[in-house]
Amino acid sequence: MSASTITPAPEAPISKPLARRPRGGINRRSPLGRAATYVLLVIFLVIVLMPAYVLLVTSLKSGREIGVNGQWNLPTEWTFASWEKAWTALRPSFIRTFELAIPVALISSALGAANGFVLSRWRFPGADVVFTLILFGMFIPYQAVMIPLRQVVHEIGLPPGIPTLVFVHCVYGIPICTLIFRNYYATTVPVELIEASRVDGAGMLRTFASVILPLSAPGFVVTIIWQFTSAWNDYLFAIFMSNTRNGPITIALNALAGAQSPDYAASMAGALITSLPTLLVYIVLGRWFIGGLMAGSVKS
Amino acid sequence: MTTRTATPTPPRTRPSPSPGARRARLRRWLPGLLLLSPSLIVLAVFVYGLIGWTVTLSLSDEHDALGNKGFVGLSNFVVLFTEDINGRFTHSLKNLLIFTVVFMVGALLMGVLWAFLLERGVRGEGFFRAVYLFPMAVSFVASGVVWRWLMNSGTGDQAGGLNRIFHDLHLGFLENPWWTDPDWGMAAMALPAIWQLSGYVMALFLSGFRGIPADLREAAAMDGASTYQLYRHVIFPQLTPTALSAMIILGHMSMKMFDLIMSVSGAQWITEVPAVYVWQTLLTSDYAKAAAISIILLLLVAVVIVPYLIYNNRVERRS
Amino acid sequence: MRLRTRTAVAAAGMALALLASGCGADDGDGGAGSKKVEVFTWWADGGEKAGLDGLVAQFKTDCAQYEFVNGAVAGGAGSNAKQVLASRLQQNDPPDTFQAHAGAELTDYIKAGQIEDLSGDYKEWGLDSAFPKGLVDSLTVDGKIYSVPANIHRANVLWGNKTVLAQAGITVPATTLPEFFSQLDTLKAKGVATPLALGKDWTQQMLFEAVLISKLGPEKFSGLWTGQTDWAAADITDAINDYKKLLSYSNKDRDTFDWTDAEKLVMEGKAAYQLMGDWEAADLDAKGFKDYNYSVFPGNGDAYQWLADSFVLPKNAKNPEGTKCWLKTLGSAAGQKAFNTKKGSIPARTDANATDYPAYQQAAIADWAKGKPVPSCPHGSACSQGWQGAVASAQGKFSSDGDVAALQSALVAAAKQYASK
Repeated sequence: MSASTITPAPEAPISKPLARRPRGGINRRSPLGRAATYVLLVIFLVIVLMPAYVLLVTSLKSGREIGVNGQWNLPTEWTFASWEKAWTALRPSFIRTFELAIPVALISSALGAANGFVLSRWRFPGADVVFTLILFGMFIPYQAVMIPLRQVVHEIGLPPGIPTLVFVHCVYGIPICTLIFRNYYATTVPVELIEASRVDGAGMLRTFASVILPLSAPGFVVTIIWQFTSAWNDYLFAIFMSNTRNGPITIALNALAGAQSPDYAASMAGALITSLPTLLVYIVLGRWFIGGLMAGSVKS
Repeated sequence: MTTRTATPTPPRTRPSPSPGARRARLRRWLPGLLLLSPSLIVLAVFVYGLIGWTVTLSLSDEHDALGNKGFVGLSNFVVLFTEDINGRFTHSLKNLLIFTVVFMVGALLMGVLWAFLLERGVRGEGFFRAVYLFPMAVSFVASGVVWRWLMNSGTGDQAGGLNRIFHDLHLGFLENPWWTDPDWGMAAMALPAIWQLSGYVMALFLSGFRGIPADLREAAAMDGASTYQLYRHVIFPQLTPTALSAMIILGHMSMKMFDLIMSVSGAQWITEVPAVYVWQTLLTSDYAKAAAISIILLLLVAVVIVPYLIYNNRVERRS
Repeated sequence: MRLRTRTAVAAAGMALALLASGCGADDGDGGAGSKKVEVFTWWADGGEKAGLDGLVAQFKTDCAQYEFVNGAVAGGAGSNAKQVLASRLQQNDPPDTFQAHAGAELTDYIKAGQIEDLSGDYKEWGLDSAFPKGLVDSLTVDGKIYSVPANIHRANVLWGNKTVLAQAGITVPATTLPEFFSQLDTLKAKGVATPLALGKDWTQQMLFEAVLISKLGPEKFSGLWTGQTDWAAADITDAINDYKKLLSYSNKDRDTFDWTDAEKLVMEGKAAYQLMGDWEAADLDAKGFKDYNYSVFPGNGDAYQWLADSFVLPKNAKNPEGTKCWLKTLGSAAGQKAFNTKKGSIPARTDANATDYPAYQQAAIADWAKGKPVPSCPHGSACSQGWQGAVASAQGKFSSDGDVAALQSALVAAAKQYASK
């Protein structure tokens, strides 16, 4: 997500982000008001879906049909030629982006779980201050680290392209993953459980592995989705650290759509191809996806 | 936070612990610190260390690939505000301001309105919610492709995109140059961002609405409060923290805006914001100037974020 | 519970393995190895790609012992590529050779000590006599030559749609600015929506420079970039005013247009004229559009505003011998022919056989031989990248607000800041 947002404390368990609305005699509304509500909702629905319509329709048109006239019409002649062209242009980077986003999602989630556990349930003096310092890393404009970062990753010998980007996304993903897990453990793991484990003489690692990890699946789902999406959609790190030959799909799409005389049909097909994995995640795992978004909301 | 984050560590007030007790305490929290330490070290280096490095760079005269010749104090910053050709930097700040205001107001209004409409119970709520939220899953680079097409600045017979619709519906007065307008172009540039983030604001507020205890509403209803009074005096005051975090999230995203502008307009004068200016400056290998702009950007974000983080830390500790 | 610990360890191991596979998958063609020659360009499609392919075919014959690796970076008319290149040079990870505009743009790399002196090779390959003296002079910095030019392009060419012009009764191209303005007025009166098609940033810079050449003449124009001509003078103000007038004949949405979008307006008959470099000839031909004519920009006379794509040998290149073979092929008569017949430019060599080339290039070869060479800032032959960036920004502002005084003072300030460097 380009929204690398957020701050502490989801109140509801993350897996159930939107609790059922309260029932009761509150919705005393006239039929007129009810109708108005639906009309408004449908108007907004059309507006929100409009860009999607344009993407889909234009991507299925043949080159001749993309003029000023009839831009908004359905294609008279449906063709997948632009999809093929876009896929040819994007395929290598599409695969590379999986090689980027999957390790990022797994590694940052693992780090986040360990950190979140320590900061919520195995605390040390000054843990709050440390947490706040970690959290700050989430909000910084990455331009403020980009110039030396390029040099540092080179000097520690990371191969350019995907390996560098994996490292960078893992590092700058630590704050958000730590936040999500810290809040998750703080709300779902009772202190008593930890104490019981301690009384049994278990050390930290054993407590983490035997008490905490088995309860962590929902947290992992959220961080994995979050990190996968933000690595997939990232453009800033990608443009600084990689290029069309070794970089992720956003770079390839930008080259396809921004090249001299962009082919609008192919660009739009490319935009759809680029968005498919994250949209799929959103559709299939929507609940947890929203949970991830909610993980950031503060309700002190 | 409503949950307890009480720690299993011993109370801190114990008077002068014996060496043994101290060792025991140490043994209690040291493993945690060790587990955390890889992340801490990495962040210390890659967040704070590199920021320090950028600060040093911004105080140097490394204006080309030849490297750093010396320390020049704050002069790079002063030059940005006073001598930058055509006031380019202040222009980019002005653009950022317009963008931020329009984006935040737009996304908040839309999001709150949607949440309000959905909150009161409609059929197909899940469907509407899902559709309103889907733009969030798309990258700015991908949505930039379609928004560049929608915000075609041609008018009249040359009209394309949204202008075409206005033209064909005989709403010619609505046709406009979108982001190419020298004064208000940045307001148009905020439209795709509003499209993308309103759903997020909606989701935040929906969960805010749902977090309000039902008995509060019932009590108000029993007192004979009208719907308006219910929202005005009972519900909205409860949502202040939600609104605050929504604003923080939107605000810091706005400051960093880069992808969207690069893919809609490319780097150009009319739509230049500091994040894009950094990129343009790096193209000419002026590292010191790029660093100075980056640091100003960081300060702009920090001015908002740091008090918020501190406030948040306090609130947590109190509960 | 030990089992669970093991699971966690296994999971972590898998994550690492995935990371490693990410590394492995990417390592295939990084340009390392003694046989590979990674050639870094921004020629990724169209006539440019065709030219590169032609050159590569020649390279495969002449340098069979080496393997060509295409390091092309697409997008943004070269700006993406330049950024990638800057970062690779900064990281001391240069390609074996890279594309750079000949002239002032190269001095950035020379001063940074990032490219090698090729003077010795010039002698060995006989290039010092094969290229025109004027070109060799402008490639020479402190007595040394650092790059091999692949071609010469001309920037100050006016392209027209013949049918549209004929309908407005225009048969002879304008030769002076006043004449040009009256033609544009005629076109407008005849209902041509956009008499002069224009694109964004660097295309506007090109148009402005063409006006400057008309106003100042070739010598004074060249002097703008060496500090001999004053940017604050009154004739510059005149030129800006004329340029502003030209903008009024152009498409309002120019800031959203690439040069090919503007070209499309001409092809569709919505616009009559467009100023563009002579790569437009190859592009129009490739698109099958025949109904065009071309002439030098009105008032430019025999000024030949040139730009040259050249290749260099970076310091610490992995395969310097391979690079030299590439450069030798590039400079050879056969290499220049293979490249330029496809790219639409003319060979830098003076011994080229004009009849090998299409019609436009034959005329250009003749003009190059007798014309007065002037450099171009947006195409790197006149100014450094920093200067170019400052001018582009000022021009972008002018396109939106038309503030003559602000543009001039910005140009003066830019010259002051960058001319000495």
